[in-house]
Amino acid sequence: MRFVYADNAATTPVSQKVVEAIIPYMTEHYGNPSSLYEVGQVAHKAVEKARQQVADALGADSKEIFFTSGGSEADNWAIRGAAALGAKKGKKHLITTKFEHHAVLHTMAALEKQGFTVTYLDVYENGIVKVEDVEKAITDETCLVTIMYANNEIGTVQPIAEIGKICRNKGVLFHTDAVQAVGHIKIDVKEQCIDMLSLSGHKFHATKGVGALYCKKGIRLPNLIEGGAQESGRRAGTENVPGIVGLGVAITDMCEHLEENAKKVSALRDRLFEGASKISHSRINGDTEHRLPGNFSMCFEGVEGESLLLMLDFKGVCASSGSACTSGSLDPSHVLLSIGLKHEVAHGSLRLSLSENNTEADVDYILEVLPPIIDRLRSMSPLWDHILEQEKENN
Amino acid sequence: MEYSKKVMEHFAEPHNVGEIPDANGIGEIGNAKCGDIMKMFLKIENDIIVDVKFKTYGCASAIATSSIATDMIKGQPISEALKLTNKAVVEALDGLPAVKIHCSVLAEQAIKAALADYYKRQGIDPEPIVGKIEDHDHEACHI
Repeated sequence: MRFVYADNAATTPVSQKVVEAIIPYMTEHYGNPSSLYEVGQVAHKAVEKARQQVADALGADSKEIFFTSGGSEADNWAIRGAAALGAKKGKKHLITTKFEHHAVLHTMAALEKQGFTVTYLDVYENGIVKVEDVEKAITDETCLVTIMYANNEIGTVQPIAEIGKICRNKGVLFHTDAVQAVGHIKIDVKEQCIDMLSLSGHKFHATKGVGALYCKKGIRLPNLIEGGAQESGRRAGTENVPGIVGLGVAITDMCEHLEENAKKVSALRDRLFEGASKISHSRINGDTEHRLPGNFSMCFEGVEGESLLLMLDFKGVCASSGSACTSGSLDPSHVLLSIGLKHEVAHGSLRLSLSENNTEADVDYILEVLPPIIDRLRSMSPLWDHILEQEKENN
Repeated sequence: MEYSKKVMEHFAEPHNVGEIPDANGIGEIGNAKCGDIMKMFLKIENDIIVDVKFKTYGCASAIATSSIATDMIKGQPISEALKLTNKAVVEALDGLPAVKIHCSVLAEQAIKAALADYYKRQGIDPEPIVGKIEDHDHEACHI
């Protein structure tokens, strides 16, 4: 049976280049970068090289890059830090969107309990925040605007440069969770007026457990993790040297092939959309133009997402859904609800996230196995019967 | 979250799927907002459930519980079907993840709803026999 990995927004396979680059940092150059002897200094130099690679990929200075355990830590650090800086000046208002990753939303909820107020902006039916809404929401009390670069479920890309410009003009810090975007679309923190940016290595073929926060020079973000003097005294803990080396290699590789990958992957994605849109009672979630190259998200009425995923798994296809059953709660994903989908439609969601490792044959295979699975689930679905009955009545 | 082998078997190849055209007891429980609906069709002759089929919209455990619950009551007298508890359904499936227990409750309730319909069709008040059917709104998705 064919195996098709189409869940690259969840995580990606580590590239061969990364694997080869990091092995020596576990076997030969295993020293602690803080140690003065040779084996430690080699590790130190490798970490600094990776810092430069990440900085180059973002248009930042290497002194502005701080390695973390991943995207969630970077989000927590940026948001909690900015809130603490704001609170010192009596500014206790933050702005975000309704469809951020939980690393952002749950941090916001924690801050609300501490007396901060948070504005959650609408993202409308197309899954894109309106720049004027951001502008209107900013008050004298606002200490941070945090808006994701691209959504993890529906792939919609936000008007980051415009938002950055507004925040810069108003003197409000701007953070973006760019976990889904880095390595896949062009980012320039200077041009886009981004003050802080979170990224995560395993979303672009580095290993899990490593990420970074870009924090613009001059922003004295308080520490989240206290301890040793690593990361210029800003983030304690012995560096994840192999992970960091891999992050540097992966981000460089992705940026070198960015345009060619985006072209290839978006063509595959469009082929998927075209094929799957032929399935009746289906809809594409989110804007089709301002979208990550690899993101496919659709809803199929009358079927439930978890059943759909498991049946795809029986056919060797790895996918994801925002149904309640897969979100581990009573409600379907907050992202799908935020773009105005009804619960019963959101339960039937399917996300396929492609990478440059996927092929046309993968896409054609998905399009071969998907329609019969949906037919089968619909054939045993009383909800599907209700939908058809309702339509008959309406006609 | 991991499903037992039994759950996966019943999900992959569910038993008793479909409708019974001349069913004399039909019950539907759950709602689309919660993400699961179960519909049970019973054919009852001389107080024996001679045939049972189901249609289910929902996750793997909803489909698997429907499948095994129909197996458990097929050929049984009504009195036995009324004794079927969600706990027995869970045990028969070698367990369900905690967040999925409500699916087994749905299966129990769907059978009871179908039996209630059977009695209603005969002009008999089902409540003293079947008990109250706990059809739920969205706030009670997690019964």
